[in-house]
Amino acid sequence: MLTPAESEALTLSLSVAARSVAFNLPVAILVAWLLTRTRFAGRTVFDAFVHLPLVLPPVVVGYLLLLLFGIRGPIGSWLYDAFGIQLAFTSTGAALATAVMSFPLVVRSIRISLEALDRGLEDAARTLGAGPFDRFFSITLPLIAPGILAGAVTAFAAGLGEFGAVITFASNIPGETRTLPLALYTALQTPDGDAMAARLALISFSLGIAGLLVAEFLSRRLRRLIGR
Amino acid sequence: MLRVQLCKRRGDFTLDVDFVAPVPGVTALFGRSGCGKSTLISLIAGLMTADTGRVQIGDDTLLDTDRGLDVDARHRRIGMVFQDPRLFPHLSVLGNLQYGARRVPRGTPAPIGFDDVVSLLGLGGLTGRRPHELSGGEKQRVALGRALLAQPRLLLLDEPLASLDLARREDLLPYFERLRDAFAIPIVYVSHQFDEVLRLATRVILIDDGRVRVDGDIATVSRHPMLRAIVGPDAVGAVMAGVVERSDDAGLTVIRVGDAELLVDEPAQLGQRIQIQVLARDVIVADSRPTGLSVRNVVAARVVSVTPDVGRAVLVELDIGRTSTLLARITERASQELGLAPDRQVWALIKAVSLRGHVFSAPRH
Repeated sequence: MLTPAESEALTLSLSVAARSVAFNLPVAILVAWLLTRTRFAGRTVFDAFVHLPLVLPPVVVGYLLLLLFGIRGPIGSWLYDAFGIQLAFTSTGAALATAVMSFPLVVRSIRISLEALDRGLEDAARTLGAGPFDRFFSITLPLIAPGILAGAVTAFAAGLGEFGAVITFASNIPGETRTLPLALYTALQTPDGDAMAARLALISFSLGIAGLLVAEFLSRRLRRLIGR
Repeated sequence: MLRVQLCKRRGDFTLDVDFVAPVPGVTALFGRSGCGKSTLISLIAGLMTADTGRVQIGDDTLLDTDRGLDVDARHRRIGMVFQDPRLFPHLSVLGNLQYGARRVPRGTPAPIGFDDVVSLLGLGGLTGRRPHELSGGEKQRVALGRALLAQPRLLLLDEPLASLDLARREDLLPYFERLRDAFAIPIVYVSHQFDEVLRLATRVILIDDGRVRVDGDIATVSRHPMLRAIVGPDAVGAVMAGVVERSDDAGLTVIRVGDAELLVDEPAQLGQRIQIQVLARDVIVADSRPTGLSVRNVVAARVVSVTPDVGRAVLVELDIGRTSTLLARITERASQELGLAPDRQVWALIKAVSLRGHVFSAPRH
């Protein structure tokens, strides 16, 4: 049904989006927690910094990533020398760029559920002998799970379509970083590529609908599970 | 023994209290809304930080700001039940009950058994349910069980009935009475409902405007002028200890209080030790034994004192034998006409129906 190039772009998109969510969640939970539960100097600046990818052109984000994580960038060169990890022009790099772009969405979603959480429950857990980490994992985390799920789904869906940051930081390498939108763009640049572009657009469309349905189903299950 | 000496400033409001609560028994912290009770209880639990002060249970010091000692709430082993039940919505009733029980430190004596708590609080049929499937009263019972199973050395109840309607409150009060008598845990019960305090407490600490105003047993506080200032004159009355003696041929319950026998239109168990509240406004004073009246209780009494009360009224203290005293609120004019003065022999008249709902089982401890 799909040509090898199409299925390659599809699997790559799914894999890049999934890995971007995996990068995102632990950091986003921590940052959302810091922003709702702590007061520290420079919190406002930090908050603005977290939201930066929402307002910057994706190409600028890709460029900044290239400066930092490129082979000659300060972090990139260290990663390469110390661990042999190369991010620029790899699918892991594509996942990183995607993660950075969707990060504010995830933080926002988790933060909203953290703010809505009744702090009294944590106080109750505390009087019952639960320490801070215990409280977080036994009470807070399960109760904000719907927010985490919503954030993850949004990030996954947005990650499937990330274009600017990926092409700038990870380039457009077939089988490595050529995800669905990049393949679509390439098809449009190719003579006689119109049919392929249309098929890729259709795939993206179906993927989006499927994603939304799965998200709705999961969030209902989860809400029932935590008794809301 | 629980010793509390705490000071906390919040904006214009200063809480500055110092009291000792006997152990075991129920100590009521009583006062109107906003008097600082809830703040005080959060401070004792360690959920809020005091500016200065000390909290001690027995020989264990939980807070001593002079020495920079402040035991975290999770290590204080103080059970708490809040106004709202605060059950964990993602856990079953069983999961909620076990939450604290699983976190009891090794080597801690655990005298409170799971089955005892379940049967005492009637939780048997609820363990498989989720909190959102419970009624308000059931939720509070689960919250109480959850606190108990964490094996606390002190139980703080912060207006646990405040979120319930009157009927649910009546349903739940007996569970608190049973709890009070079943376990030897000291309980601090916060309330702004004096009838709850009457039913449960052995000792009452009256708090007003962030300070302890009166500190004494229920009989002392129930007749204190400060109570009148806080809950209004209608709550003032005598609370006396008594025993259910028999029921008379008309089906009324006969209770022995002091040298007197009081008839009450309320069923009670024979031999039961009770506390009876006789409101000052419900007592009539007569200078001779009256006849031809519907009133059931005519008690010989001796005037102890006559003191000014609200408006044109005076409060007459009446000795009815064996250190039991009644209070009667009558008008100043009536008092003058009867010539009431200390040592005068009179009769106190109390309607049996007015005592309905004012008889409570006495605390066992």
